[in-house]
Amino acid sequence: MKWFRRKRKLKPPEERKIVPDGLWQKCEGCGEILYRKELERDLFVCKKCGYHFRIGSKEYIKILLDGELKEQDTTITTTDPLHFDGYVKQIKETQEKKGLKEAVVTGEGEIGGFEVEFAVMDFGFRGGSMGSVVGEKVKRAILRAIEKKIPLVIVSSSGGARMQEGILSLMQMAKTGSALAELEKARIPYISILTDPTTAGVMASYSSIGDIVISEPGALLGFAGPRVIEQTIKQKLPEGFQRAKFLLEHGFVDTIVDRKELRDTVITILRFLLQKK
Amino acid sequence: MLGFVLDFERPIVELEKKIEELKMLADSEHLEVKDEIQRLEKKANHLRKNIYSRLNRWQRVRLARHPDRPYLLDYIKYFITDFIELHGDRLFADDPSIVAGIGKFRDRSIVIIGHQKGRTTKEKIRRNFGMPHPEGYRKALRIMKMGAKFGIPIVTFVDTSGAYPGIGAEERGQAEAIARNIKEIATLPVPILTIITGEGGSGGALAIAIADRILIMENAIYSVISPEGCASILWRDASKSSKAAEALKLTANDLLDLKVIDGIISEPLGGAHRNKEGAAALIAEEIDRFLKETEDFDANELVRERLNKFYKMGIFNGN
Repeated sequence: MKWFRRKRKLKPPEERKIVPDGLWQKCEGCGEILYRKELERDLFVCKKCGYHFRIGSKEYIKILLDGELKEQDTTITTTDPLHFDGYVKQIKETQEKKGLKEAVVTGEGEIGGFEVEFAVMDFGFRGGSMGSVVGEKVKRAILRAIEKKIPLVIVSSSGGARMQEGILSLMQMAKTGSALAELEKARIPYISILTDPTTAGVMASYSSIGDIVISEPGALLGFAGPRVIEQTIKQKLPEGFQRAKFLLEHGFVDTIVDRKELRDTVITILRFLLQKK
Repeated sequence: MLGFVLDFERPIVELEKKIEELKMLADSEHLEVKDEIQRLEKKANHLRKNIYSRLNRWQRVRLARHPDRPYLLDYIKYFITDFIELHGDRLFADDPSIVAGIGKFRDRSIVIIGHQKGRTTKEKIRRNFGMPHPEGYRKALRIMKMGAKFGIPIVTFVDTSGAYPGIGAEERGQAEAIARNIKEIATLPVPILTIITGEGGSGGALAIAIADRILIMENAIYSVISPEGCASILWRDASKSSKAAEALKLTANDLLDLKVIDGIISEPLGGAHRNKEGAAALIAEEIDRFLKETEDFDANELVRERLNKFYKMGIFNGN
C-alpha cells in the first residue's frame, strides 16, 4: 500500500518551468489548474497553495521597480575562452529562445522613489549560471552603487558558476566578493533577495551576505545541490532540506517574504536603512 | 619505497627497482656492474624527462591527487619552526580538514593556513579527506584576521577536492562561510600568498585562496568542478573524466594562460611525491621571495592592488 501513502512531491529543480505559458497552468505545488491571466495578476503565485512559480528578470523588474530599468553594460557579451565544446552554440540558442543576452540584467531603477542599483538574475538563461559576463556585470553594478552612493538590490536565482568557462567562472566569485568588500567599507546598503533556486557559486559569493537577506517562500537555497549531497552521504534528504524555511531556522536568512509583499518590504527596509520618513 | 604507483609512472618505478637490485647485487658480490648501472640511470633520467614533460591533463589530475604527495603538515616540518597549531572557530567546533597556526619562517612570523588530507585511513576519516565544513573556513578567517591585526603576513596552502557537501555543512551555512571568507580576506591589510599544492577544488579552495600572489605547483590543478563532476553533468558518464579534464583547462600552464595565477612552482623531476624535501625547498624559496618583496608594504596599496587583480579576471567581448 505504499502508493497509497505517497505524497505529492515538488518536481526536481531542472524540470520546473520558468514563467508558464499557455491559457491554463497546472500548479507545480498542489496540482491546481490555474487560469494564466489570473496567475499573472497574482504575480505567478498559486492562489490555492501559495506556490511561487519561477519567474524571470523581466517579471521581477515589473514587480519591484517603480518604472523602467535604466539598463547598463549591455555591450559586454559572452565569448568562449576555453573553446568548450558546444558552448558558443548553446549561448546563441539560449539568447534567441529567451530574448536575453545573459543570465543577469543590471542597471539603475527606483523602488518606492528610492534610487537603487539593481541586478536581477534569470534562471532561464543556462540555469542562471555565472560566467565572466555575469560576474563582470554584477561587479560593475556593485561599484556603481558605491560611486553613486545608492543602495544595491540583487535578486538571485542561479545554479552556480558556469562550468563552460571553467576556472574563470570560479574567479567571478572572487571578483564579486571583492567588490562587496568595497561596498561594505563604503557603508552602502545591500539587500539580497533569494529566489528559487539560488545555490553553489552564486550563493557562496554575493547572494548569501547581504546586509539584509530576504527569501521567497519555498526557494531552494544552499551550497551543494541536493543530488550531490544524496550521492555523497548515500541517504535520502529530509523533507524541506535546503528550503527557505530551513535556512531561516538555521540562521542564514533574515526573513521570508511572499512575492506580493516583496516590493513593500524592500521599500520599508530602504526607508529604515536610509533613515528616511 | 613508493606505496602507490600511477600507470604512467610504472616504467620509471620498474627501472628504478632494477637499478636498486643491481646496486645491491654489486655490493654483495663485489661485481663490476658500474657501467651497466650508469647506463640504466641515464636511461631512467631520460624516461623521467620524457614521461613528465608529456603528461596530459588527466594525468596531471591524478598526480595532483597522488596519495603520497606532500601535505601541509609535511611542508610545515620542512620549513616552519616554532609552529603552534590553533584550533576552532569559536562558534561551533574545530575542523581538522583545515590546519591553521602560527610559526616562524626563517625568523619571520607568519600565519599558516591550509587544507590537510589524511595519510592513513583513520586520519583520512578524521580529516574528512581534506573537505572542510563551514567551521573550517571560519577558523581560517579567524586566524587570518588575527594575523592582520598584528601586521603578520599570511601564507595559505590549497589542497582540497572541495568543500564538503553534507547535511551538517548546509545546516551551518557552507555557502555563507565561503562567501564571507572571500569578502573579508579581500581587504585584509597584510600580504597574503597562496600556494596551490595539490587539488584546487572550486569554492572549497577559493575560500582560502584570495591573495596578493597566487602560485601553483607544476602538477597541481585548480578547477571550478572536478573532471568527474563535469563528465557526469555533460555526458552523464563519470568515466569520461579524461575528456572533461582536457575541456576544463585546469593545469598550471592553462591557469597561467588564463591569467588566474601569478606563477608556477616547478617540482622535482617525477613530481613532489617522489622528492618531498626537494619540493619543500622550492616552495620555501617562493615564500622567502614573497616575504622579502612585501616587507615594506603599504596596506592601502596592497589591498587596492589585490582588489584590482580580481576585478580584472574573466574573459568577455566588449567593454
